[in-house]
Amino acid sequence: MDIQAIRPLADSAITVDLAHEVGPYAAASVGTAVALLNHELEAGTLPGVTEITRAFCSVTLHYDALDGSHEALATRIADILAPAVVDAGPTGRAWRLPCCYCDEYGTDLAALAARLSLPRDEVVRLHRETTFSVHALGFLPGLPFMGGLPEALNVPRRTEPRVRVPAGSVAIANGLCVIYPWECPGGWHIVGRCPIPLFDVSRPSPALLDAGDTVRFEPVSAARMREIEDELARSAVGAAAFMEAEKP
Amino acid sequence: MRQRLRVLSPGLRTLVQDTGFRRSRRQGVPLSGVLDRTALAQVNALLDNPADTEALEIALTSPTLVAEGGPVRVAASGAVSGMVKTLKGDSRPLHPWTATTLLQGDTLNLSAPARGGTGLLGIGGGLDLPRVMGSRATFVRAGFGGLAGRALRAGDVLYPCPTPTINGIGTGTGAGSASGAGAGAGADRIIARPLALASGPIRVVLGPQREWFTDVAIETFVTQPYSVTPETDRMGMRLQGPTLAHAPGKGADIISDGIVPGAIQVPGTGRPIILLADAQTTGGYPKIATVISADLPRLAALVTGDEIRFAAVTLKQAEAAAREQRAALDNAVASICRAHRTGEIDIDGLADANLMGGVVDMCRPDNFPDHLYDPE
Repeated sequence: MDIQAIRPLADSAITVDLAHEVGPYAAASVGTAVALLNHELEAGTLPGVTEITRAFCSVTLHYDALDGSHEALATRIADILAPAVVDAGPTGRAWRLPCCYCDEYGTDLAALAARLSLPRDEVVRLHRETTFSVHALGFLPGLPFMGGLPEALNVPRRTEPRVRVPAGSVAIANGLCVIYPWECPGGWHIVGRCPIPLFDVSRPSPALLDAGDTVRFEPVSAARMREIEDELARSAVGAAAFMEAEKP
Repeated sequence: MRQRLRVLSPGLRTLVQDTGFRRSRRQGVPLSGVLDRTALAQVNALLDNPADTEALEIALTSPTLVAEGGPVRVAASGAVSGMVKTLKGDSRPLHPWTATTLLQGDTLNLSAPARGGTGLLGIGGGLDLPRVMGSRATFVRAGFGGLAGRALRAGDVLYPCPTPTINGIGTGTGAGSASGAGAGAGADRIIARPLALASGPIRVVLGPQREWFTDVAIETFVTQPYSVTPETDRMGMRLQGPTLAHAPGKGADIISDGIVPGAIQVPGTGRPIILLADAQTTGGYPKIATVISADLPRLAALVTGDEIRFAAVTLKQAEAAAREQRAALDNAVASICRAHRTGEIDIDGLADANLMGGVVDMCRPDNFPDHLYDPE
């Protein structure tokens, strides 16, 4: 595995850069590194480390300076990762999440289609036929940054961010797709709405998705989306029902 | 009836906080928790609580609480003081770094935290609230943790966890193990020698993105003064001062990577932002330096307009500072002793030792439009 840099966040954490650009190779490298390092963490062979997090091209190990040192950890990390082979196979669960692409919820679809010189239906088709990979969770609890968006849908953020993006909004920008777990301000182009709660503190692991998971969207009507919301509210169906495959 | 604290007035931003959501960053959950962990450890030691027990973090203005249903132990951090009024109309002061017992009907009227910043009020036994992801910290932006995911409101009722210390009041059975002086559990206790945080420049380790900045920018950063702006909250502290240039060909964007409280990011404006407890878990601006863990509590004492200077230290120095602070904290805890309400204690001496103040403009929880508009 190619270690590009090992960087200190003072005596609080160490970031290991594994790639220079966002994409499948970076995701596979990061996924492989996280799996190896978590294995060592569980075995107690990463002194002081409390938690390992991942981003698009890097892994960050958070540690307690009273129990571990940067020098010892950096050496240990290099010993573990340098000889490792990147595993490009699937690392997470496969999800098929409902998404309502109607005008009411896909508020930016028409403008986006005009901007991309594509028919509206073509924008929807490209989006729903994509298998997205969750590269990282961040910005807000449970918010997935998903790669794999076709080049034809690659647009920068909106110049005028919205003060309020509704919870569940599925949005694209900069070659990525996100789902907003909460209502918040945002500058991404909203293409639809997903009714499945992405973060629920009553679940043992509150975030629905994890880095390494894959997501495809299943188009649903507004009526069907409200039915799903109702079923979830009544606990007639759980979020797990939208998982197609367990972690390999 | 169970002993409890009723909130008569809540203060501007009083939050239940502990040491944060320490195993959930991988789910995109900020660490959160108190801004000053050394103060948390000390108020908890005063109460014989485990060091990471939750306390009330008070900002800008303070709450007024009344004890009902029985006695409740509380402890003030160095930035906090107040008056206890009994049902009979007697009053007595609650001094900084003091634990006292509120009897049924006693009203605790806290003063605004020192210098308008933050302070802590510890609760004997901690608070009987559900844990979220193993923590009782409050993360207001997403509305979870602590008390209903929000700041205290008038009328809220806080139930301390039942403890032997409370039940043992008057019998001495709960006498503090931390107290070599054998302080009784129901008696007032003080920290004779509270932890003195370092003075001088805030110590940082350069990086993680040192090479995203020109040498001139690094030199400026470690020699020139900055000041704390009102655009400061639990997420971060925006500074004013000389702008810091990004290196040619590098620019103000990186591929988002991991963040810790204390990381100092520099967006395109060239003005640094110190990330604090509620900062998001990843960020896309280059980080010129990171505050060492021993100096993070000092950030909690800064308020708008304060001057801040930085000094670069090595990782070995940062790690040594963490160990020294731990030893100093142990010494502070070992100095806990019984106080006498009659006034034998050198209150001025205690006040002089009070280095805790606070941040922040928390009336404006969302004053980081860059963060909020730019998830990438």
